Amino acid sequence: MRRIAALLLLIILMQGASVCRAEGIDDAYEALAASAGSISAASFNSVRLGIEQLAVSGDPRAAAVIGALQDGLLYANDDHALFIQQPDGSYADARTGNPAPDVTDDDVKAVRINNAVRSAIEAALGSLQLFAPDVPTRLAAASAVFTSHNPAALPALTRALAKEADPAVKQRMEQAKAAAIVYDPDASQRDRLAAVATLRARGDQDARSLLSTLAGQTGPVADAAASAVTAIDRVLQIWSVAQSVYYGVSLGSVLLLAAAGLAITFGVMGVINMAHGEMVMIGAYVTFVVQQTMHAYVPSLYQISLLIAVPMAFLVSGAVGVAVERSLIRWLYGRPLETLLATWGLSLVLQQVVRSLFGANNRDVDTPAWMSGATQLGGLTLTWNRMYIILFAFLVVAALMAALRYTSLGLRMRAVTQNRRMAAAMGIKTPWIDALTFGLGSGVAGIAGVALSQIDNVSPNLGQGYIIDSFMVVVFGGVGNLWGTTLGALTLGIVNKFLEPVAGAVLGKIVVLILLILFVQRNPRGMFPLKGRAVES
Amino acid sequence: MSLDEPTISRRGLGRLGVAAATLAAVGAVKAATSPAAAQAAGGTIKVGILHSLSGTMAISETTLKDVMLMLIEEQNKKGGLLGKKLEGVVVDPASNWPLFAEKARQLISVDKCAATFGCWTSVSRKSVLPVFEELNSILFYPVQYEGQECSRNVFYTGAAPNQQAIPAVDYLMSEGKVKRWVLAGTDYVYPRTTNQILEAYLKSKGVAAEDIMINYTPFGHSDWQNIVASIKKFGSAGKKTAVVSTINGDANVPFYKELGNQGIKATDIPVVAFSVGEEELAGIDTKPLLGHLAAWNYFESVDTKENKAFIKDWKAFTKNPKRTTNDPMEAHYIGFNMWVKGVEKAGTTDSDAVIDAMIGVSVPNLSGGYSAMMPNHHITKPVLIGEIQANGQFNTVSETPGLVVAQEWSPYVEDTKDLIGDWRAPMRCGAFNVKTGTCTAGKKA
Amino acid sequence: MKLDRISYLTLGFVLGVALVLALLNQMTALGSALHVPTYVLALAGKYLCFAMLALAVDLVWGFAGILSLGHAAFFALGGYAMGMYLMRQIGTRGVYGNPNLPDFMVFLGWKELPWYWYGFDWFGFAMLMAVVVPGLLAAVFGWLAFRSRVTGVYLSIITQALTYALLLAFFRNDMGFGGNNGMTDFKDILGFNVQADSTRSALLVISALLLCGQFLLARFVVASRFGKMLIAVRDTESRTRFLGYRPESYKLVVWVLSAVMAGIGGALYVPQVGIINPSEFAPGNSIEAVIWVAVGGRGTLVGAILGAILVNFGKTWFTGALPEVWLYALGAMFIFVTLFLPRGVMGLFRARTSKEPEPEAPEVAAAHEVTG
Repeated sequence: MRRIAALLLLIILMQGASVCRAEGIDDAYEALAASAGSISAASFNSVRLGIEQLAVSGDPRAAAVIGALQDGLLYANDDHALFIQQPDGSYADARTGNPAPDVTDDDVKAVRINNAVRSAIEAALGSLQLFAPDVPTRLAAASAVFTSHNPAALPALTRALAKEADPAVKQRMEQAKAAAIVYDPDASQRDRLAAVATLRARGDQDARSLLSTLAGQTGPVADAAASAVTAIDRVLQIWSVAQSVYYGVSLGSVLLLAAAGLAITFGVMGVINMAHGEMVMIGAYVTFVVQQTMHAYVPSLYQISLLIAVPMAFLVSGAVGVAVERSLIRWLYGRPLETLLATWGLSLVLQQVVRSLFGANNRDVDTPAWMSGATQLGGLTLTWNRMYIILFAFLVVAALMAALRYTSLGLRMRAVTQNRRMAAAMGIKTPWIDALTFGLGSGVAGIAGVALSQIDNVSPNLGQGYIIDSFMVVVFGGVGNLWGTTLGALTLGIVNKFLEPVAGAVLGKIVVLILLILFVQRNPRGMFPLKGRAVES
Repeated sequence: MSLDEPTISRRGLGRLGVAAATLAAVGAVKAATSPAAAQAAGGTIKVGILHSLSGTMAISETTLKDVMLMLIEEQNKKGGLLGKKLEGVVVDPASNWPLFAEKARQLISVDKCAATFGCWTSVSRKSVLPVFEELNSILFYPVQYEGQECSRNVFYTGAAPNQQAIPAVDYLMSEGKVKRWVLAGTDYVYPRTTNQILEAYLKSKGVAAEDIMINYTPFGHSDWQNIVASIKKFGSAGKKTAVVSTINGDANVPFYKELGNQGIKATDIPVVAFSVGEEELAGIDTKPLLGHLAAWNYFESVDTKENKAFIKDWKAFTKNPKRTTNDPMEAHYIGFNMWVKGVEKAGTTDSDAVIDAMIGVSVPNLSGGYSAMMPNHHITKPVLIGEIQANGQFNTVSETPGLVVAQEWSPYVEDTKDLIGDWRAPMRCGAFNVKTGTCTAGKKA
Repeated sequence: MKLDRISYLTLGFVLGVALVLALLNQMTALGSALHVPTYVLALAGKYLCFAMLALAVDLVWGFAGILSLGHAAFFALGGYAMGMYLMRQIGTRGVYGNPNLPDFMVFLGWKELPWYWYGFDWFGFAMLMAVVVPGLLAAVFGWLAFRSRVTGVYLSIITQALTYALLLAFFRNDMGFGGNNGMTDFKDILGFNVQADSTRSALLVISALLLCGQFLLARFVVASRFGKMLIAVRDTESRTRFLGYRPESYKLVVWVLSAVMAGIGGALYVPQVGIINPSEFAPGNSIEAVIWVAVGGRGTLVGAILGAILVNFGKTWFTGALPEVWLYALGAMFIFVTLFLPRGVMGLFRARTSKEPEPEAPEVAAAHEVTG
């Protein structure tokens, strides 16, 4: 009985609301249309209010119109009629969706948006999409409502919560509801305290941000919020240590990738290869070319163009490496310090070649969707691109070790570098092995370039930024020892990331360098020196 | 190798002698022929182009060299200047600051350039400044900079801090309701000064000291993980937070990539940048950056007739339909046209005459108005604030109602608040203290 | 000490050209056909300072087998000492007219001069520092490194770390050395206007004299008993040690001497180019200095001077004449020299007279065997 009464009440209320709505819709559209072409603060404000009105109006076109506005496709003519630009460049009437063939570009002006409007759009779309059929959209919608924490979205949230089956979305909606309630002055104190508890349980920076606004005020809700902020801070503090380790490992894996190739050319072969950074750069440019080619010719493979770029970069950089070895390095064996000079010259030439071919500007290598964004693991923010790079770095090193250890080529390489004459006597073609070893090191550098294209500039100067660090890593770890290189890179990365918050980015790096100098002076052959007669000259 | 005294044959010695003599002779000949060479080239006026084509700054500066060559070519099509053809002299200072000074000297005293367009970084300008003053030549400097300088021999066509930074902060305060500020920059003079000015300005607007976070990083900083995380943390104090970025060139790409990946959206914590233009964005995937801001005096997306023509010419000149335009290019466009007008007004390319003629010259800018050269050798500019679009362009969201006059000496810095620069006839002083009535620096008879 | 003809010739050439340029600049009128413009004076002065750096590198690399990839650090430190003196000479003529502080400190809002700037008002003190600071740094660094027998490529890499750390340190504005902008806009040196042609001429001649002095000193050192020991250390360090010598002491002495020589070069460099900033510490600069020596001919001293002048002349010429492609030319030159002129330009002369076998540089062997 009570249920029926409540239903009746709801119906009456909704009818009352729909009367208001009809006026509200016109006002809302007028607010959007009147502001077209203008960038004054007043017009942005009017657009924002229009969106908010439209979102709660229940107009079936609301989502389409707001979506078009978000994409910058909403236009209005001088008579304040709204149009949506279609993908083919023609226009359609915004309120009906019917084509408007006689509207041309000259008749209409775009409705401009800024960040404030964009926030309103996200919040509006969020509450409109809470009922979307697919889970990710609903999850995103709930997050948008959480961010906007607008009490106006509460009715929609309550309805959506009642229907929601997915536990993750449901939790997010609960949090969004809590965020809105916390800011709702009309809500009961009990509800607000419960909302604070929900946010406290969420325990991340966003929750902290919402709560700390309240914490400044007085009253039991504010006190609860203040203690929640303290509690969240304490937990985040502990997580931040783990976070620093993650940053360190991530930086270390970048250093490792950059240094892995050098560990072969410098560490194993003894060639002081100053053009190593340029091999990395070539790999990054190969990635760029592969991606552009995929974009132009095989769009279906665009998302995985990075995976295609890996072997390509290996081959191209490796081929350049073999060519360099055959034409340059092989004349200089036994004079490694002179290879330094020649490869320095080579690095100048390679940079200029790339500058001539691609221009001096940075090139844009897109991050595929599966590598964008971050995931939350407790209090840790793990960015996907860094996660993949860490994984990739270890895969590359593992593959390199396996190649040196288990393949016949690897066996020959080790034989030649350990005792060239004996290897030659055993029938190994030492010049050929030299070229392949150098090619392998360069190819690995090229692979590093693929990964670096995801986090750094793809420019002719790319390699320059990594060359010194790479040498430090190899020397620190102990020349000729891939395990040493791996540990060296990770150690440097982690030490750097723990120093940085204390000393600042610049001073932190200086301290690391000084520690490195002192370390090498105590352990002149790095962390893992090779032992044996050959060590002493 | 034994250390015998290096022995040498007579023939070898002779060769070395010849080489030495040749080298000396080259110097002498070079010295002897250069004035004569300049006289022989009477039919042309030379314009120096001093932009790095290699090294770290090549990324930004190469484009400016190209735009100068285009402007010179177009001027020649219009019949040159004073009936003579213009000739651009391109040198490469290779992002090496002492080399900038050396090349400046070469352009002025060996190549006899009537004016030079060049430099990007502050340090390169500081390096060449004494050379231009000593040899009394003219430099057009096209990049936004920290101000606090007013040389008679330099025309600053980029923005001073009040033509870029302060309107941007005003916009965020009024439209974005920002209460908490992160001032992040590369550790060099432009960000230091700009942040100093902004800090004073924000405090004058009632922002508390604990609501301002200042962070400096080295050039080319590539690992932004924990700085971005600390910005995120700073922004979670419950007040609307914005980042004012004076991060330079190369460091921006990894910075923005990290921002995108850590999920900092413009609607949460907007970043307004003063050194990121269309050219920098061309190297970034801009989709995650939607809505982050930049403040400039020109955007490629500005919808005017002049701009459309300029873009068309530029694409035709570079034969590349994808080349972007940016603010320092517009500064060169304005500066070059001003110089042409100044020379025509003076009737000569003589430095003193042109310097005097330049003040008051007004030429169209690309955003639909006129920019004028003021007595402080800076130009008037509109300030535009744009949001990054998915296509790598900026969408203007705010524009100052009129043109802004540059404040070369900042009123927010204690030691310069009473200084003005005025290179008109009676005063002729780059740093005139209005309180004491004395000229503290840059007096020229 | 007996000098050979090529040494005399080089000395004569350096002094002669410097004197002729200075005199022609001073004695002839501006429009005269024989007049040497300031531009040439400034260039020549710069080359001579670089030659001092090259000489310093050759002394340690060519004769003690220490390949330093961080020698530009000592050069830059000397330069900073001079730069600080020149900054103090600006006095109230700075942009802000502050009598106590250099401009960049005023603008950073500093209130008083940091303690390490005291004394730089006096030329003598500044020049002492130009020698002492690089020397002291070299002494500490060398003592640590040579004592623990860091050799070969390891030493090269940590010298590079040293200069890189200094680059970052000087780059910080909080250090009080002007940050990235460094120091510029100098006015006077010992009361003479640094921009005046007469001062430039004098500086050029002084540079030439000091270069010659350094050259004679270096020759004296390498020709002495001490020098023979150095070469013994270079060729087989362990054998020398077994014979009861202490190689680290010999290396340390020559290392410090070399750093001091580089510092003097830097001190003279700054007033002539008019700017000192952290980019002088860039690792690339140190590598370039090594290349000058390689081009001229390692272990010849004369070659270092010629190499520095030759490469820098080439650079000046290429960057003006071939701005778009000069890096190809420079890079190709380095490759060509290492491939075809293993003993540099000097090798061209020597090859005709001596038929000695190719030198097997010791640290080379060391590095190569380590790889096993």
